[in-house]
Amino acid sequence: MLAMNYRGPYRVRADHKPDPVIEHPGDAIVRVLRSCICGSDLHLYHGMVPDTRVGHTFGHEFVGEVVDIGSGVQNLKVGDRVLVPFNLFCGSCFFCERELYGNCHNTNAQATAVGGIYGYSHTAGGYDGGQAEYVRVPMADVGPYVIPDDIHIEDAVLLTDAVPTGYQAAEMGDIAEGDTVVVFGAGPVGIFAAKSAWLMGAGRVIVVDEVEYRLEFVKRFAQCEVVNFREVNDMAEHIKKMTDWMGADVTIDCVGGDAAGSIAQTLTGRLMKMQAGASTVLHWAINSVRKGGNVSIVGVYGPTFNAVPIGNALNKGLTLRMNQASVKRHLPRLIEHIRAGRLNPKEIITHRIPLEEVADAYHIFSSKLDECIKPVLIPPSAREVTAVKASAQQ
Amino acid sequence: MQTSNEVNPHSHQHHHNGHTHEHQQDYPKEPQRPTREQLAHINGWGADLDHKNRPAVPMERKPPRFIPPPVDRLPQQPENVEVLVSTERPGITPIFGTAQPPSGLSGMMRRVAFRWAENDLRHWLLLLAADRVNVVEGVAEDLAKGKVPNVLGEMGIKAEWQHNKAGLVKKAFIAGAVVGTLAYLMRDRERR
Repeated sequence: MLAMNYRGPYRVRADHKPDPVIEHPGDAIVRVLRSCICGSDLHLYHGMVPDTRVGHTFGHEFVGEVVDIGSGVQNLKVGDRVLVPFNLFCGSCFFCERELYGNCHNTNAQATAVGGIYGYSHTAGGYDGGQAEYVRVPMADVGPYVIPDDIHIEDAVLLTDAVPTGYQAAEMGDIAEGDTVVVFGAGPVGIFAAKSAWLMGAGRVIVVDEVEYRLEFVKRFAQCEVVNFREVNDMAEHIKKMTDWMGADVTIDCVGGDAAGSIAQTLTGRLMKMQAGASTVLHWAINSVRKGGNVSIVGVYGPTFNAVPIGNALNKGLTLRMNQASVKRHLPRLIEHIRAGRLNPKEIITHRIPLEEVADAYHIFSSKLDECIKPVLIPPSAREVTAVKASAQQ
Repeated sequence: MQTSNEVNPHSHQHHHNGHTHEHQQDYPKEPQRPTREQLAHINGWGADLDHKNRPAVPMERKPPRFIPPPVDRLPQQPENVEVLVSTERPGITPIFGTAQPPSGLSGMMRRVAFRWAENDLRHWLLLLAADRVNVVEGVAEDLAKGKVPNVLGEMGIKAEWQHNKAGLVKKAFIAGAVVGTLAYLMRDRERR
């Protein structure tokens, strides 16, 4: 099969690899119809995540069709079209029993601090991901969700991560009616965090980034205010000016370790790898929120350590909440929002690129070329099916 | 584009003329909140205002919804390839990934790294070092198969040319200048 193949920092290509096989009675094999490149894939692409091995196939946002199932699978059948949450989870461990599906204890042998994630290095379990024609999907009765007929496949692929992560980011902010919410990052997750903040009754939503075309997009798409951090003197001071000098009620970090905006953080966190990424945004989030406010973190950082003003968090009496999204628990409600027209995920897709051109797709997304917001990869086998269906309809 | 980089109406600048400051008490004691009527134009506003509509509140919830009932013991996946296991676990998990088992020098380094706990910085630093060694192994593997890796293609040069010609020319110029300077310095050193 054709699959994305990591060769080193900033180097990927499409290569032929052996097809995945059933390795556990609970496995399914899924033929991928669409897979996205996620902002967090860029942390891997930039060589920031330890134990990212050459030959690894990335991709934790994908939808597809079940083509084979293990002997223990009862709830899925060959031919089902499924969206696959980015987290692998068993459904039976201490954490899954509490709906913490993003914190499963049974799917990642190589680390305890993170659950299994498709195509996200061996630190997240060593599973090849969905930027391929086929992918092994363990615990197929537990994770995958059959896509309802009225849900578009491109809405479905964004429900695997970007939408639920943005929604959970707002949820963890514990937003009350009229709250001022500041979202750092105008990428896909930040866009959906901003949309979700309105669903939860925010009074003001302010999105911060440095990329003008993304700010323009989110301002229109999420009906929010925007700030370009390159054009203000100091981020925390500016947010306080915007909020009658109180600070925001809720701040949300949707950026993580790839943040720009501080020379010291960029140097130590991104270039010298002395921290687990640049914690610029977390620094801003803590210093921009009001006393007693909430800081929500979904931006991805590495496993070592980061320099953050934790003393300010203490002195301000902040609540910090963070987690990987428990995707599956959000799906029924998010599908209701799509059906009601309150969310329209596929509108953020700007690029549909053949899997064969994965190197260009990563470069476009990473370097923010061609006003890219969300790129989707389409494997050759999925294109053939689409072509066959189109000719059958004629 | 109009952004909120310029702040109004409560913009407050410090004017340090002598010892004169504006007064903090001249500003509102409480944050100003828009009314529901002012927010009515926002698509979907308040649909999940009630916390009962928020699916991950509370964060922990039993019994779990949307999945089959939990079982006491999962079938154990057979071990057919080498899998490194965190020392912070009692043993291998019932389900695990089998992609890219450790191999070569980088594999040896990873095995050493897994002698230390995740809590130990050496574990992660050695894994990062192994990743860099693995990149060199990847190039060697390509060459051994008779394939010269198209490094520029793998870095997306086609997209760079298509969407950022000026940037590409600038990068090529800088790279040329660096290589030229190094070559000149080395030649100069050889002459001495």
